[in-house]
Amino acid sequence: MRKVPRLSRFNIASLALGLAFLYLPILILVIYSFNASRLVTVWGGWSLRWYHEFFNDRAMIEAAWMSLRVAVSSATIATLLGTLAAIALSRGERFRGRTLFSGMLYAPLVMPEVITGLSLLLLFVALNAERGFWTVTIAHTTLTMCFVAVVVQSRLGSLDRSLEEAAMDLGCDPVRAFVSVTLPLIAPAIVAGWMLAFTLSLDDLVIASFTTGPGAATLPIRIYSEVRLGVKPEINAICTLVIALIAVVIVIASLASKLSSSQGESAAPL
Amino acid sequence: MTDELPRTDVAAHAADGDASPAAGQPLLRIEGVAKTFGTFRAVDGVSLEIKAGEFFALLGPSGCGKTTLLRMLAGFEAPDEGRILLGGKDIAQALPHERPINMMFQNYALFPHLSVRDNIAFGLKRAGMARAETATRVAEMVALVKLEGLEKRKPDQLSGGQRQRVALARALARRPQLLLLDEPLAALDKKLRESTQGELMELQRRLGMTFIIVTHDQEEAMTMAGRIGVMKSGKLAQVASPRELYEAPRSRWIAEFVGDINLFDGESKLRDGHRLVVGTRDAGALVVAEPREPIGTGKFAVAIRPEKVKLSRRGPVSEAGRETAINRLDGVIADICYLGGTTTYKVKLDTGGMLQASVANSARIDVDAYSLNQHVVAWFTPDDCVVLQS
Repeated sequence: MRKVPRLSRFNIASLALGLAFLYLPILILVIYSFNASRLVTVWGGWSLRWYHEFFNDRAMIEAAWMSLRVAVSSATIATLLGTLAAIALSRGERFRGRTLFSGMLYAPLVMPEVITGLSLLLLFVALNAERGFWTVTIAHTTLTMCFVAVVVQSRLGSLDRSLEEAAMDLGCDPVRAFVSVTLPLIAPAIVAGWMLAFTLSLDDLVIASFTTGPGAATLPIRIYSEVRLGVKPEINAICTLVIALIAVVIVIASLASKLSSSQGESAAPL
Repeated sequence: MTDELPRTDVAAHAADGDASPAAGQPLLRIEGVAKTFGTFRAVDGVSLEIKAGEFFALLGPSGCGKTTLLRMLAGFEAPDEGRILLGGKDIAQALPHERPINMMFQNYALFPHLSVRDNIAFGLKRAGMARAETATRVAEMVALVKLEGLEKRKPDQLSGGQRQRVALARALARRPQLLLLDEPLAALDKKLRESTQGELMELQRRLGMTFIIVTHDQEEAMTMAGRIGVMKSGKLAQVASPRELYEAPRSRWIAEFVGDINLFDGESKLRDGHRLVVGTRDAGALVVAEPREPIGTGKFAVAIRPEKVKLSRRGPVSEAGRETAINRLDGVIADICYLGGTTTYKVKLDTGGMLQASVANSARIDVDAYSLNQHVVAWFTPDDCVVLQS
């Protein structure tokens, strides 16, 4: 165990200020989600009224369900494609244009979302695709795939290539060697990548609003449009639920990547 | 991972350890093997025969192609030219899992997600060995490398020496016809390395298995191997027993690579019966035994190992009859390097050159030890020198 240096008063103060800056707004939102009052800014005592309201709000529930479906499917597809891309980039022979390929893979990381959203919209219009669940899912897959690729590739990069060679030496064909040795070792990174893709998709407003169609609003789109007509306390309740979900996912993802970096137990499937 | 695969031919070989030629019979034949990476010719036409039961070392500086050659034997690289025959069958293009050959990796390459037991059993499961038999074999291997009680540990809970043993047990478990060891002791500290050298030799003798070891450490190769192949720039420079390599190196490069040596560039040579009289710039005229292979017209040098050089205050007066033929060089002690068992003196010769002499410290209190700037006579017999083509 490393010895943790004691915090000075200055450190404690700056830490507290920083945390307050980050989390005070969220904390206020969470508290006000339990507000009994109809007015967002006036405290009227504790109540679960707005949670009740939300669960009876059909449109809102549908948007939440849509968001979850999009997040799960796009995260799954992105994880599959991103993992394959990471393997191709770190394991494949040095093929022509490899640098270009990896550069292009990572471009969405820095590309403004408006541009990604707009270009996807143009593509879907050109293809005459009916906009809705699938177009949003595809758009989110494009957005999140590179994140998965980055996470998995860094894990693959730190993995000793001779492990796969040892498996082949001991009787595995290349595919079996990958499945029985490499895959268990990169599994935590794949899980972490999936979680990251899931939360990114759940959060996204910009790309979703470009690529969705009538009757297929995701939760962020729905909330945004409601807020424009005035903030209802119900929004606070929904946001609190989303925060809770994302917090759980992030904790699992960070646990997974922690397991991934401590080699010893890293095969534990999550 | 317990699925029952149909046994392949190779797996059956590996599991039963049969079909391996008897000791002393040729096991492996490498014929004109070459490998080029881009424009770099890593292995350049190597031919070699290895007998069953042999402990063979590939020795060379880094980048000489020894690891590439080993990887071609294991199947991780395919040779561009030549054949690799194992028991008469060409395996040059076979994939690693199709060869009855196992390898111990330099960094051990233990599977971090598997316990010691599962690491050792990995290859047996792949060969489709039954569960009970696998357990017996694993227990046998664990006992062989003295790892009892650690079967359930993960590799990161083991010391360097223990990891090395797991790697060895894992590579031996399939009873390969040929075991390849890539710098197996490089990661161990000196004391552990020395004891492990002994254990490896003992194990190889006991199992009667054929070992090929790759190393850059000449002492390691000399200690363990029955035969050594010295590689330089992708070619085999010499294949010989450790003694022959040391006492009769085939070239100046090998002489300098293996152990310490004094070299004097020759300028002229004169035949005198069974001896040659070589004129050197730095050590004057030296009398040397006639080399087995005649030296050509190119540059050449006289080489003498430091421990073959004797020092005395007045010269070898008592060696009656041989005095005329003895090489006698006068000089002063220029440097003293005390190494415990031996002391290495650097003698500045009156003729201009430097000569290293290694003297055994055979007495604890040595009143005759030489001191700096003392005048000494260095001498050696013609049979202790070799003439080398530069």
